Amino acid sequence: MRKNRLAILGFAALCCFILVAIIAPLIAPYNPDEIVESQTLPPSWSHLFGTDDLGRDIFSRSLYGARISLTVGLVAVTIAVLIGTLFGAISGYYGGLIDSIIMRFVDVMLAFPSIFLILAIQVMLTPNIYNVMIVIGLTSWMGVARLVRGEFLRIRELQYVEAAKAIGCSNFRIIFRHILPNAQAPIIVAATLGMAGAILTESALSFLGLGVQPPMASWGNMLMDSQAYMRDAPWMAIIPGILILITVLSLYFVGEGLREKLNVRG
Amino acid sequence: MLEVKDLSTYYYLEEKIVKAVDNINFSLDKGETLGIVGESGSGKSTVALSLLRLIYPPGRIVSGEIVFNHKDLMKLTESEMIKIRGAKISMIFQDPFTSLNPVYTIGDQIAEAIELHQGLSRKEAWKKTVEMLDTVQIKDPALRIKDYPHQLSGGMRQRVMIAMALACQPELLIADEPTTALDVTIQSEILKLLKELQQKFNLSIIYITHNFGIIKEICDRVIVMYQGKVVEEGKISQVLENPEDPYTKRLIDSLLALRGK
Repeated sequence: MRKNRLAILGFAALCCFILVAIIAPLIAPYNPDEIVESQTLPPSWSHLFGTDDLGRDIFSRSLYGARISLTVGLVAVTIAVLIGTLFGAISGYYGGLIDSIIMRFVDVMLAFPSIFLILAIQVMLTPNIYNVMIVIGLTSWMGVARLVRGEFLRIRELQYVEAAKAIGCSNFRIIFRHILPNAQAPIIVAATLGMAGAILTESALSFLGLGVQPPMASWGNMLMDSQAYMRDAPWMAIIPGILILITVLSLYFVGEGLREKLNVRG
Repeated sequence: MLEVKDLSTYYYLEEKIVKAVDNINFSLDKGETLGIVGESGSGKSTVALSLLRLIYPPGRIVSGEIVFNHKDLMKLTESEMIKIRGAKISMIFQDPFTSLNPVYTIGDQIAEAIELHQGLSRKEAWKKTVEMLDTVQIKDPALRIKDYPHQLSGGMRQRVMIAMALACQPELLIADEPTTALDVTIQSEILKLLKELQQKFNLSIIYITHNFGIIKEICDRVIVMYQGKVVEEGKISQVLENPEDPYTKRLIDSLLALRGK
């Protein structure tokens, strides 16, 4: 019950953030990339969250940053879920040698310290928002793959799958039409939790200067901008930090709530 | 119509090879009902799945011919086999509670079988689905078609399975213990229905069970399986009254002993 209340709270917070991100151009008081005031002003009525090291309005930047961070999280997790589901489904459905090969590949990917892999790739590519999404997606699908494989191993033994084969369904049809819809609950839970991870990774990358590039605002590179001003302008760090915290925590609460509601184990 | 020659299906487990079906032969005429009896693990379900070539690793059909309408099914490719399953040979299963997909309505599932094989439009397939539900004597078929499996009783679900299996007018129906999981009263209703449908569609049936009582009621001929082999074959009256094989004798005796109580 308590978990449920937290999940609703988290869901409400997420809805707020998403709404705010969508209508950012309407409610942002200033242009997020424009220098509008003197530098590092503390929060006040005219600048709710203060101004940053260049004199840009942090409130406006936070609104636009929400767009970037949430989009990156969503797209990256979508890529991860698509890849993970495909590999997991093939692995679990066919079993045998195919399964062994895919699962060993997953093990190798998991054994890689992915943040360094992402950094290496980002250094080689031009770091922009699209590459960030793709790279995060390509390095975070393994959990989904394992999960989906497990579900497929369980469901493929059920009699309705055999019945589907007996009426002449092809393997493709059985995988996508008969098994996948029955495996969606754990995928939804994994996607919710995975999005939190993706947003954190995006922040870390942007913080290191290898993610979303300035002047485009993301919560991660707002944090990076704050590094040198921790003492003089702590709000520059605290505000994007709190926004990341609330988003990630909300996603976890929603994920846990869904896990309970949808009866997903593990 | 169907002739099975020297069919063997083995399961290659790590520690041993299980000869689930070992060199069996039998045949079936159009409109005939053949019973396959045997205890659990005697290989009767493996025979059923082998006929549709639905045996997967670690199992394998090792040898044999399955001649259906003068064609050896063992020589077909998988994509040719898919056109046979559900269209020419159908199967119904033991447990009606798990043999329907919980996320689709029963209408969706019956219509799927029709769409797969007959290339009908969605609308035509739905019309045919309503007819099929009516054929298996489900009341208010136009309403029931939108029900999900969990809304139906076991007997109803087995009727839906039968509708799904017969939707494309197959020539052969393999029934793998279709009434074992049902109450006795529902059981006899389903058997009655199967007999009527057999008349109507001129269907050949292979009926798999461990229950001689059902065999007696529905089958023309019977084969008795024991440890993967056919130990006895013949007309049902002949086998019941004059079993030659000691295992068949024991099976019939045990049935009588149960009845005696």
